[in-house]
Amino acid sequence: MKALKVFFNGVLNENPTFRMVLGMCPTLALTTAAINGIGMGLATTFVLVGSNLVISLLKSFIPQKIRIPAFVVVIATFVTVVSMIMQAFLPELNKSLGIYIPLIVVNCIILARAESFASKNSVFLSITDGLGMGVGFTLALLLLGSIREILGAGTWFGMPVFSDGFSPAVIMILPPGGFITLGLVLGLLNKLTGRAE
Amino acid sequence: MEPLIVSSSPHVYSEDTTARIMRDVVLALLPAAAVAVYFFGGRAALIMAISVLSAVMTEAVVQKLMKKPVTVNDWSAAVTGLMLAFNLPPTVPLWLPAVGSAIAIALVKQAFGGLGHNFMNPALAARAILLAAWPVYMTTWADPIRVAMSAAAADAISSATPLAILKGMEGTEAQLPPLWAIILGNTRGCLGETSDVALLLGAVYLLWRRVINWRIPFSFIGTVALLTWILGPQGLFTGNAIYHIFSGGLILGAFYMATDYSSSPVTPKGQIIMGIGCGIITSIIRVYGGYPEGVTYSILLMNVAAPLIDRFTMPRIYGEVRADV
Repeated sequence: MKALKVFFNGVLNENPTFRMVLGMCPTLALTTAAINGIGMGLATTFVLVGSNLVISLLKSFIPQKIRIPAFVVVIATFVTVVSMIMQAFLPELNKSLGIYIPLIVVNCIILARAESFASKNSVFLSITDGLGMGVGFTLALLLLGSIREILGAGTWFGMPVFSDGFSPAVIMILPPGGFITLGLVLGLLNKLTGRAE
Repeated sequence: MEPLIVSSSPHVYSEDTTARIMRDVVLALLPAAAVAVYFFGGRAALIMAISVLSAVMTEAVVQKLMKKPVTVNDWSAAVTGLMLAFNLPPTVPLWLPAVGSAIAIALVKQAFGGLGHNFMNPALAARAILLAAWPVYMTTWADPIRVAMSAAAADAISSATPLAILKGMEGTEAQLPPLWAIILGNTRGCLGETSDVALLLGAVYLLWRRVINWRIPFSFIGTVALLTWILGPQGLFTGNAIYHIFSGGLILGAFYMATDYSSSPVTPKGQIIMGIGCGIITSIIRVYGGYPEGVTYSILLMNVAAPLIDRFTMPRIYGEVRADV
């Protein structure tokens, strides 16, 4: 099944965060809580699927020389949709994600998939690829967000995890904690999958 | 029969080994450790023991896991543990030194390749991480027990360090402790940083044994003295430089932390630049910054700059023609 292979390629083999190390800005800035990770991941997934769909439909109409601006216009359309939906229905989450929702426009994962996959493949495969990449990104952000929230705030999705004796390490939800967590998780995954050497 | 090893010159035999140097550092730190126990009680000894034990155990476990030879016998992990304990307030919960030492060894030292490859001083990096992670524990000071027992100091329960008072941070009503108390170590502060006499004693030993040289510590302290004197609180040239030298972690940082081999420049000129840089950053933080003390951050920042300093101060090889003429 080619579709399945494309899907799991995004989740595992070419995971945007842990394999291609793309989209580091939202990854480091937003993973202070598990819910932020999920929110950002799902918003990006929606934009990825939408932009991959439209770009693969339009691939024979977009002139080669102005393809990047064309991609950005398509992506910006879907980001506007996400942004308005979140403002209307998830005002809390929208507030905590802040500027990073509009910044999805320049997220390099989305641009990379448009350039290297959607503009060369069929509509169905492009949607599958967007879904796979989005799920991979969401899972990665959920993992990082969970680790940082549990250690740095002592909660998971806002629920207390430890008894009262635990004093959370505030650094984990500060910027240095993002770099430390990402580095350690990357190292561990490389070790587990035998890519260290 | 042992294989014959042929190496390039120089063939100078040196008695210096990592273990000898590290043992010397431990010896040099012992007077300050003893003073810490005298002034802060058995808890100080407990914190130091836990910190050293955790550092050595972490080193052994990490090296086992990474399938590297276990080198806890070279004393370097013990030194890191002791240095970290010296940088902790006497009131910290006892799990804190254990966590801190584990961070210092696993994250700052072994993750970057072990002894000689750490890009920052492990003990100081761990202190900075602990300070950001548990700021309340890391800034809760206690009076030395010798002061607390005397009736005269019964009302002094406020928890300001001399530098915080000097900066006017905790309200001006707090009295600065006398200079002699600061030099002896009978004041609030981290375990190992308070007693300048004991630290200087160890520093003289290290200088005599040539474990460290004068360049980094003297340029560091000299710069701090000059700048804190010039940038005084009541206008130019009104600063209390003597007080600045002996309070806080300057002596500990300048002699024992900034001189860490793998994270400081190797060229003589570079070492002086490192010392002056540390001095400037420390003074700026102490005089203008949000924290009362800046020794930790100044050394960490200059640690990161060390490779660059080395690159620009590399001496010309004898006989080599300058590239730019």
